[in-house]
Amino acid sequence: MSTALSSLTGPLQRFSARHATRLPLVVTATLLVAMFSIGSLRYEGFFSAQVLLNVLIDNGFLLVVAIGMTFVVLAGGIDLSVGSMVALSTMLTAWLVERNGVPLALAVPLVLLVGAGGGALMGWVIHAFEIQPFIVTLAGMFLARGLCYTISTESIPLTDPTATRIAQTRVLLPGGLFVSPAVVIALTVLALAFVVLHHTRFGRTVYALGGNESSARLMGLPVGRTKIAVYAVSGLCSALGGLLMTFYMLSGYALHAVGMELDAIAAAVIGGTLLTGGSGFVLGTALGVTVLGLIQTVVSFQGTLSSWWTRIVIGGLLFVFILLQRLFGGSRPAE
Amino acid sequence: MTPPDDTGSGGRPARTPGVRRLAEHRLFWPAAVLAALLLGNVALTHDFFAVRVQNGHLYGSLIDILQFGAPLVLVSLGMTLVIATRGIDLSVGSTVAIAGALACEHIATAKDPGSPPTVLSAVVVAVGVAAAIGLLNGFLVARLGVQPIVATLVLMVAGRGVAQLITDGQIISVSSGAYKMIGGGYWLTLPFAVLLAAALVAVTSLVTRRTALGMLIESVGGNPVASRLVGIRAAGLLVTVYVVSAVCAAVAGLMISSNVSSADGNNAGLWIELDAILAVVIGGTALTGGRFSLGGTVLGALVIQTLSTTIYTLGVPPETTLVFKALVVIVVCLVQSPAFRARLSRRRRPAAPGPAPATGDVAARRQEVHP
Repeated sequence: MSTALSSLTGPLQRFSARHATRLPLVVTATLLVAMFSIGSLRYEGFFSAQVLLNVLIDNGFLLVVAIGMTFVVLAGGIDLSVGSMVALSTMLTAWLVERNGVPLALAVPLVLLVGAGGGALMGWVIHAFEIQPFIVTLAGMFLARGLCYTISTESIPLTDPTATRIAQTRVLLPGGLFVSPAVVIALTVLALAFVVLHHTRFGRTVYALGGNESSARLMGLPVGRTKIAVYAVSGLCSALGGLLMTFYMLSGYALHAVGMELDAIAAAVIGGTLLTGGSGFVLGTALGVTVLGLIQTVVSFQGTLSSWWTRIVIGGLLFVFILLQRLFGGSRPAE
Repeated sequence: MTPPDDTGSGGRPARTPGVRRLAEHRLFWPAAVLAALLLGNVALTHDFFAVRVQNGHLYGSLIDILQFGAPLVLVSLGMTLVIATRGIDLSVGSTVAIAGALACEHIATAKDPGSPPTVLSAVVVAVGVAAAIGLLNGFLVARLGVQPIVATLVLMVAGRGVAQLITDGQIISVSSGAYKMIGGGYWLTLPFAVLLAAALVAVTSLVTRRTALGMLIESVGGNPVASRLVGIRAAGLLVTVYVVSAVCAAVAGLMISSNVSSADGNNAGLWIELDAILAVVIGGTALTGGRFSLGGTVLGALVIQTLSTTIYTLGVPPETTLVFKALVVIVVCLVQSPAFRARLSRRRRPAAPGPAPATGDVAARRQEVHP
């Protein structure tokens, strides 16, 4: 870290480490409340619980994908293949069900298996051959997107009656509110991920691996197995996200989820996960996804703003949070 | 890192030393792949190598590859320098889009779109903004110590939004003869884009190889701590390479938008950062930094362009190029990986004196690799 910064961070480091790592989370939560209040003041019909629930309905699949990304980032890696994997899952589901007459009940586990297997394969290559995760998952990104096109270059609509019924199902909540089954699944995944990361041996190993790989190895932790497992988790989450997206869009298309890897990384960073690994919270990622979703909502409520403002604002937020990480993240050196 | 040399050539006395020296040259493998691809194309279309003169311009598949490959060569050129410092620049695709959008917007709103001063000022505006983008990336990486992949991710996300903001979400078409020259014009019978790219490659290679600059860049990438201890100012160098990368991307963006006489904030330069990284890797520059080969990068970019052309000639959907690219990345990275090479040679060595190793033996050796 440069000397200019250290004079600035000196007083800040009197905070305990726990405070420092939680600060981005507090900032994100404040931002969320501020965005929602300002939105409620400015736009009619914004202040309702259903608006918040709609954010979840429209971003349930992103939440699942971002949870998988959080595992990888916590372990000190990165997975650029998630967006393509989502597209491949939508394509594979639609192709299996529509073109090959595979029952939905069989197609779903098959797609999940492909996702987890693909992720594990990438993890194995990264671990066994000591190649940077960035380039391996980049290859995975190309491969998955290319495989979509070999299935079909056109969009495949999903007309299976069971699938349409699932897509139209509403889970009613008290007070006339409703969510889609995808939200329930996404929140279940979130709860599972929270338990796994904070209350199991595997979760602690993920943090240890991201903190310092050689230390983790010297402590006798199963570095290789964990590394492969986090990429498998990410692949599984992308496949599940892809399935949720298939039901949301009712189609499989090779151009679905272009750039979703960036949204997933952005959600993790905004949620307070350190990109060098070893520090972060999966609940923060959920906050991050909500912030990204609220930005979209505000842009659509405003009406005069065009959709590209969403990308600019997300980029700006990413910038601010990366600065925050450098200022408050303590003395962790960059790679 | 040098391209693979110990995977197959060792222990074959039939080869003359000259051939082995050729095979060990760092440009041998990219050049061999390019030659193989080109020869494969000749097998498909017999007049592939034919270059004819029409209206005083050269025409032919080879010229097409050079012309359409020129933007990629430029982007990869900047990327090579960034990767040599152990960095990565993901924002080049957005920079391509922003540069094209700025130039087209400037020309479209000018009173006299065809005049050289208008085009010149458009170029200056585009390159100037790109330099500012490079400065921002460099500042984040060099001064704040943010990981390069994260620092450039910011502009990768936001940049495309900015490009659409400039074009107002539309595709801006321009009709300017002078602007068309940059990407679609001819000069001395050759496409101007090819000459421009060649000139920039020549200048970069002169500046980095005839002065100490190249060595300083390599030392910063090879060992940042050691280079600081010998008194190299890494921060300035890092900022410089990110600025160079952004400026190269801007020129490529001008070429792309000028070739189609329009700016598309959404699709211009989409995925080009990945192609550029691929070109650099194929060219033998390791992603771990510390070594770079500009010649290799140019060959790598041409390999990718030839691959795309081949896919079009084969008649398979062009989108499947992605599958081939993925396979190329995996193979190249495996071949460059010391762990993979060690595993290969370890597996081969015991096979020579005695009978084939038992499966348990292989499993035991696997254990060594996965401690």
